Amino acid sequence: MPSEFIVRVNGASVSVPAGATVAVAMVMAGQPCRSSVIGEPRGPLCGMGICFECRAVVNGIPHSRTCQLLCEPDMEVKTDE
Amino acid sequence: MNNYSRERFDVLVVGGGPAGIAGAVRAAESGARVGMVDENVAPGGQIWRGGSSEGPHSSEASNWLVRLKKAGVIELCGKRVFHHPEAGILLAEGLDDVWELSYRNLVLATGARERFLPFPGWTLPNVMGAGGLQALVKSGLPIQGKRVVVAGTGPLLLAVASYLRKHGAEIPLICEQASASKLARFAMMLIRHPEKIFQGLQLRKDIAGILLATSSWPVAAHGKRTLEAVTISSAGKSETVQCDYLACGFHLVPNTELPVLLGCRTRCGYVQVDELQQTSVQGIFCAGEPTGIGGVDLALIEGQIAGLAATGRTSEAKALFSKRERFRRFARLLDETFCLRSELRGLPSADTLICRCEDVSYSRLREHTSWRAAKLHTRCGMGPCQGRICGPATQFLFKWNPDSVRPPVFPARVEHLAAQPQLIPEVTGEVQ
Repeated sequence: MPSEFIVRVNGASVSVPAGATVAVAMVMAGQPCRSSVIGEPRGPLCGMGICFECRAVVNGIPHSRTCQLLCEPDMEVKTDE
Repeated sequence: MNNYSRERFDVLVVGGGPAGIAGAVRAAESGARVGMVDENVAPGGQIWRGGSSEGPHSSEASNWLVRLKKAGVIELCGKRVFHHPEAGILLAEGLDDVWELSYRNLVLATGARERFLPFPGWTLPNVMGAGGLQALVKSGLPIQGKRVVVAGTGPLLLAVASYLRKHGAEIPLICEQASASKLARFAMMLIRHPEKIFQGLQLRKDIAGILLATSSWPVAAHGKRTLEAVTISSAGKSETVQCDYLACGFHLVPNTELPVLLGCRTRCGYVQVDELQQTSVQGIFCAGEPTGIGGVDLALIEGQIAGLAATGRTSEAKALFSKRERFRRFARLLDETFCLRSELRGLPSADTLICRCEDVSYSRLREHTSWRAAKLHTRCGMGPCQGRICGPATQFLFKWNPDSVRPPVFPARVEHLAAQPQLIPEVTGEVQ
């Protein structure tokens, strides 16, 4: 795998280092991971798979815990609305 | 259909941090068939995340990770234990796989998480745990040139500030809620813990020049869609600081959900163990933070004792008792130094969200008299984190006690919960 590659976050391309988690890609892109019950934007909180605030849609799969998931080339990530 | 696999172990270890690694290594070195299941992509837990190529523990971490490979421990990474269908069996799930893990003896090394206290604005993106932001940086987040305020309480704050600065962050301020006199007493008591003094001096050197404000805490985070600034209360005065991230955690709380599900008795929120680290349930041992927040040194000793005891080597385990006692004294010192001051109960305003999963505000919760009543009426603690974040917060804010734990201990995919083991041929040929 190359040392850096592109993933897409809400349609925008982000170059991430190999070994980066999907949560990292979303924070780098400045995009929220999910929208809360009352519609607030939310991003990662605990960074260790406990709080579920970083769940997003990864390659079409909703509620993926992005802090526990590594980026792969051409991954498609979207804010969980 | 997803993959369903079965594995049998003499000793199964849940958790791949220092306690779990030490337990697995000592158990496997006696020739037992040992499995270690952990939800992260690699062993090491939070403190040794990414194999820890840096920090004061680097050589210790790599020594243990080498021993783990040598001892022949079967590592099941990226799998999260979610259910306990019957005695001697745990179920774990990966992305697309379910594992039925049976065991004779079990070592629970489930670690700790950060305690979060709600204040206005704490739900904004880029307000994270102190360990939370560190975990993200260890997972590849560039922090070079970013301004980070570090706040909360506990020794983790200094370690995080040091780590972030080494990676190029600008740290204008560390806010510690404990008073200067408590910290001074803590520093004085370290004389009894020489190995901690060395770590402490190293940290002090690493954070030299950063302002460490005592009796200080964040009162509000500001920003439209993401964090822009934080207001700090420091020795009675308030000040607003521009920043890109707020790394904020109020020490640690133990992960006791799985031990409780398995019937292990707790006392004052910690899993009760005997001198061999055995819980109230025969054959189930517990080591590390769930038995008391004591850090990596205590975790390593407790893990070893549990691993030795789980394979019947009690005399070798007993040789470690005096060391454990010394590290336990350090754990008590941590508790005394970093206990939360009562003013922090006044942090939330009426519309501050306490339960982030279900968006339940402070004003809706304060009408209730117990965790159970609050859950039933407001759905507080009923979201995917199952109260892991708001539970410790409401325990502090309202003195509510947590409920019993019910399976699944983590949200699991429906098809994994419904997986039918008897319909699938056994994958592992080895039977002990």
